[in-house]
Amino acid sequence: MTVLATSRRPAPGGSPVSRPARSGASSVGRPGFIWALPATIFFALFALVPLAAVAVLSFTSWSGLGDPRFVGFENWETLMADPVMLKSLWLSLLFIVLGVVTQTPLSILLGVWAAGNQRNRAVLSAIYFIPLLLSSAAISVLWRALLDPNFGIPGQLSWLFGDGNLLGTQSGAIGVLIFVGMWQFTPFHTLIYQGAARGIPHVLYQAAEIDGAGRVRQFFAITLPQLRNTAITSIILMVVGGLTTFETVLILTNGGPGTDTTITAFYMYQEAFQSFDFGVGSAIALVLVIVATAISLVVVKVSGYDKMNSSLEGL
Amino acid sequence: MKTRPNYLAGVGSFLWLLVVAIPLYVMISGTFQTRAEFGDNGPLAFPTSFTLQNYVDAIASGFGRYFLNTVIVTVGVVAIVLLLVPPLSYAIVRSQSRAASFVFRFFLLGLAIPAQAVIVPVFYLINTVGLYDNLVGVILPTAAFALPICTLILSGTMRDITGELYEAMAMDGASPARAFFRLVLPLSKGGLSTIAVFSALQAWNGFLFPLILTQSENTRVVTLGLFNFQTQYGINIPGLLAAVTLSMVPVLLVYLFARRALVQGLMGAGGK
Repeated sequence: MTVLATSRRPAPGGSPVSRPARSGASSVGRPGFIWALPATIFFALFALVPLAAVAVLSFTSWSGLGDPRFVGFENWETLMADPVMLKSLWLSLLFIVLGVVTQTPLSILLGVWAAGNQRNRAVLSAIYFIPLLLSSAAISVLWRALLDPNFGIPGQLSWLFGDGNLLGTQSGAIGVLIFVGMWQFTPFHTLIYQGAARGIPHVLYQAAEIDGAGRVRQFFAITLPQLRNTAITSIILMVVGGLTTFETVLILTNGGPGTDTTITAFYMYQEAFQSFDFGVGSAIALVLVIVATAISLVVVKVSGYDKMNSSLEGL
Repeated sequence: MKTRPNYLAGVGSFLWLLVVAIPLYVMISGTFQTRAEFGDNGPLAFPTSFTLQNYVDAIASGFGRYFLNTVIVTVGVVAIVLLLVPPLSYAIVRSQSRAASFVFRFFLLGLAIPAQAVIVPVFYLINTVGLYDNLVGVILPTAAFALPICTLILSGTMRDITGELYEAMAMDGASPARAFFRLVLPLSKGGLSTIAVFSALQAWNGFLFPLILTQSENTRVVTLGLFNFQTQYGINIPGLLAAVTLSMVPVLLVYLFARRALVQGLMGAGGK
């Protein structure tokens, strides 16, 4: 809990080093920048430099052998004329929206509930979190097996699932991917909301009770507004997570039927590592970064998160 | 804050419990049934026989080797994280240089960089330095991508160390290094175990880097083994479920013994 409370403070805009000024002029425990250097160089080598390199590679043609060859805007022209690329962007958007609207209400409700002090809560929470520990690969393989048309659950419950081939149609395949995403990520977001809900000051509820507000009223008038910052963080994580969904698509649908679940992140993998067109793959990767950053900025802007300093605003 | 039981929320959370638990039940019960029985009775039926053959099959298909590879990757990643993150967080929390403040923003930005975005250049880099199909080539980028979140978590812990404690050390005329080893590290034990468990989980569950950066069976990790098992023997559902179950056992054990560290790490991950 302390982790949550303290690490939330240096949100965008808040400078972390402006705070410890309280320890006065003491120079003890004031390490030089050199302490940060090894990690910074290491991270730059594998994340920042490649991020710049992906931009350069998007203007080259490279098949994995020999050296990349500069081709100007060729890859970008290819992409813009590529119907699969356009479709993948729409599918990604659909994934993000469906992911956010299914996971957010559920995780807020579960998180607020789990923040309470019921007796059975601890046991239930322990089970809720299990999907969170499993790899996307394991989860996808598990669900693929569970949804097998012949030997899986749909075959046994045919009154509910019809012919049982859920992954055979576009709507079925998207539904499965969204559901598996929910199964996998709701625990994580629940945990975030649970932490935040515990941090809401009790005085607010006591005041509301004196004013005669019921439980539902309290939820909408106090809990939800107080969870606003948390919701923004959670939604940004969902957006980036949805945009970069990969293992589930690869293992559950392989982008199909046809290209009906080929979202942009998966298309990038196909172009780069299955068609060995690393130039086009890099261009798609760059699109992913731009879209992820843009959506996150929009969420931050629209919510006014960048202007807030305290998560307990108005208190 | 809650005095009356909230029945509506209770029912809702019970329903979600079923959604989470039923697949896990089917998974476990399926692994102990023969293929024929599983096929005849369906996944939701109670098992009527008991066999360990599926686990034998899964291990025989190479999972022992995959486990070893995954352990190597996990240990390597945790070692790098524990070596690099504490000094970095110390500098972020305590350094008065502007550069340290800049570095913190740099790592916050890093949180938003998805691995997919840089996978092509990372592939190029690993290829160029000759680490393709080598576990070291998987360890390095996996560790790098664990750094931002671990830095965030550990900086949060280190911020709780009060200035008075540093001032007490100042009386003794301690150097920054001495303060780090005598004060900061001992008081950050909770955060250190959190980032160790957290980065271990990321390494254990990693898929994209091994998929792109390894090829042969000698370097295959568990997650890739599952994917491979699924493509090759997708029809052997109990065997597949046994493989999935095996891949989860170490993580569930860690969950049992280090639940607090893990949950705190995940809460911190969201609470940024």
